[in-house]
Amino acid sequence: MAVPVPDPITPKGQQQSRLVRWTLFAVLCLAVLFYGLPVYVMVITGLKATADVSLSSMWAPPTELDFSGYRDAWTRLSPNLLSTFLVVIPATLISGFLGAVNGYLFSKWKFRGSDILFTILLFGMFIPYQSILIPLIRVLREIGLYGTLPGLILVHVVYGLPITTLIFRNYFTNIPGELVEAARVDGDSVLGIFRRILLPLSIPAFVVVGIFQFTNIWNDFLFGLVVVPNPDRQPIMIALNNLSGGFSVAWNVLMAGAVLAALPTAIIYILLGRFFIRGMLAGSMKG
Amino acid sequence: MADISIQTAETTTRRSRIRSESILPKLLLSPSLLAIIIFVYGFIGMTIWVSFSNWSSASMDLSLAEEPFRTYQRLFEMSRFQIDLRNTFVFTLFFLVISVIAGLVLAILLDQSVFGRSVFRNIFLFPYALSFIVTGIAWRWVFNPETGINLLLDSLGLNWLLDRLGLPEFWPPWLTTPDVVGDLGAVIPGLGGVKIPLGIPLAMIPVVIAAVWQLSGFAMAMYLAGLGTISHEIREAAMLDGASTWRIYRDIIIPILRPITISILIILGHVSLKIFDLIYAMSGTGPGFATDVPGIFVYEQTFRATRYNLGAAASIIMLIMVSVVIVPYLARNLKEL
Repeated sequence: MAVPVPDPITPKGQQQSRLVRWTLFAVLCLAVLFYGLPVYVMVITGLKATADVSLSSMWAPPTELDFSGYRDAWTRLSPNLLSTFLVVIPATLISGFLGAVNGYLFSKWKFRGSDILFTILLFGMFIPYQSILIPLIRVLREIGLYGTLPGLILVHVVYGLPITTLIFRNYFTNIPGELVEAARVDGDSVLGIFRRILLPLSIPAFVVVGIFQFTNIWNDFLFGLVVVPNPDRQPIMIALNNLSGGFSVAWNVLMAGAVLAALPTAIIYILLGRFFIRGMLAGSMKG
Repeated sequence: MADISIQTAETTTRRSRIRSESILPKLLLSPSLLAIIIFVYGFIGMTIWVSFSNWSSASMDLSLAEEPFRTYQRLFEMSRFQIDLRNTFVFTLFFLVISVIAGLVLAILLDQSVFGRSVFRNIFLFPYALSFIVTGIAWRWVFNPETGINLLLDSLGLNWLLDRLGLPEFWPPWLTTPDVVGDLGAVIPGLGGVKIPLGIPLAMIPVVIAAVWQLSGFAMAMYLAGLGTISHEIREAAMLDGASTWRIYRDIIIPILRPITISILIILGHVSLKIFDLIYAMSGTGPGFATDVPGIFVYEQTFRATRYNLGAAASIIMLIMVSVVIVPYLARNLKEL
């Protein structure tokens, strides 16, 4: 005879009938169909042979796995994947470090008007970048960085300052001021306190900022499009979009390319989702 | 003697330390602030200048136009830009309403004790990690009228069912139609001067669906974070009063979440006013500019047609629209700092 198991009590202390729970589960599964639909199409189309990509069997899984789409997409996109890494890694590191210093100063060394300066800085992350492109290109030409990856790194560092500063400022605000006060009395300098006290505590914030900036810069389209016109050096999203504009490109190659382009941020999301969500929420909530 | 001199030295170090403590933070902040002043505010100023200038070809001409607002006037008279403003309005409205409702519903569903809650949450949030370009390409393939979602629904028997019910078959043209449904300009007398139909461009529907797919997870995550802060006591007290689950959400929890709804509307609203990559990759300007938006207009006028003053003017209009949403938000935030 089976031992009767009591229904689990929900975190809210509420008993739900089996029917209600199954209905909820079914509704959520329907939502999963919607959210999974484009991903399913991308993945199965990328794994089909060019001859197998027919219009009438678009939704059917591949008859046999074929990696020629991936091989072709890799040949076309690998230079762009490389240049994207060459931009994203330094830009993420530099903007993260600057954000840490700025966030420390804005949270622990407030002075008259520092909150207003912080707000002035913050406005920079909301503007439509279309409204700064003409002078930006002009200035990059003048200093010889137009069309170069260092030029693109500079752009991402500067326009990344508001969000990285915001995340670190919110993070440091939650660290008690007494720690800083005590070190100050002991004669530590402004930067000494940062290096010895705040920096060792800020590894989680660095992870959040690192993931957030990596994703943002990897997924950028507009800056890459106008700052780097050379097709071989263009970042991945511009190259992928160009690939989709060419009529000669087979759908399996394009979808394989889309998967390749999405893979780095998707892997980060799957492995470090918790930090990813924190970064996402940090952009909209006060600390 | 020696004692006194040491004392003086100590006072000077302390004084200089205090002075450096008040100057050093400002000094360390100044490179970043200077960069933002130049790259954000300075560049916006220069773009405003260009919008008032005669620079409308590949060769630079920064002389100011005789009538300063001529370019803006021309911009608002262009039917393409009128279409863009209408499209932005339609897109923003539908995208915000659907995303907020979808985000709230998903969050409330995940607030219950359901098997696999965190798996569901991670699936719904996954699109947020992808780029608009990838999203646009995937959804363009899904909305291909001959093969995409239409074919899927047909092979699942939708059209067979509709036929049985005596209804026309479901085979919409999605992104490929220039049709606009309804025209407010014909109904409201004051809008007669507008050259374009003020209705809903049908090709915008797939674009809205793709944008909701990508960003409704953000609304859900915001609501979940908010639900996590509502104490159990509030829910338990309401339950002891005999309130149903539905009433607890409607009368207590959703009103508590109001500030979060406002934050979501502001963040997603400013994203939708700036929208560019997604539509550029998914449908471009669309048939008859049915999916054109100011972001695409600025890019094409500036970097394709080299009409710099026109592109600059349109980008300033975008900036003004975004500022109307963002500046009050930042001002409120500043007061709470």
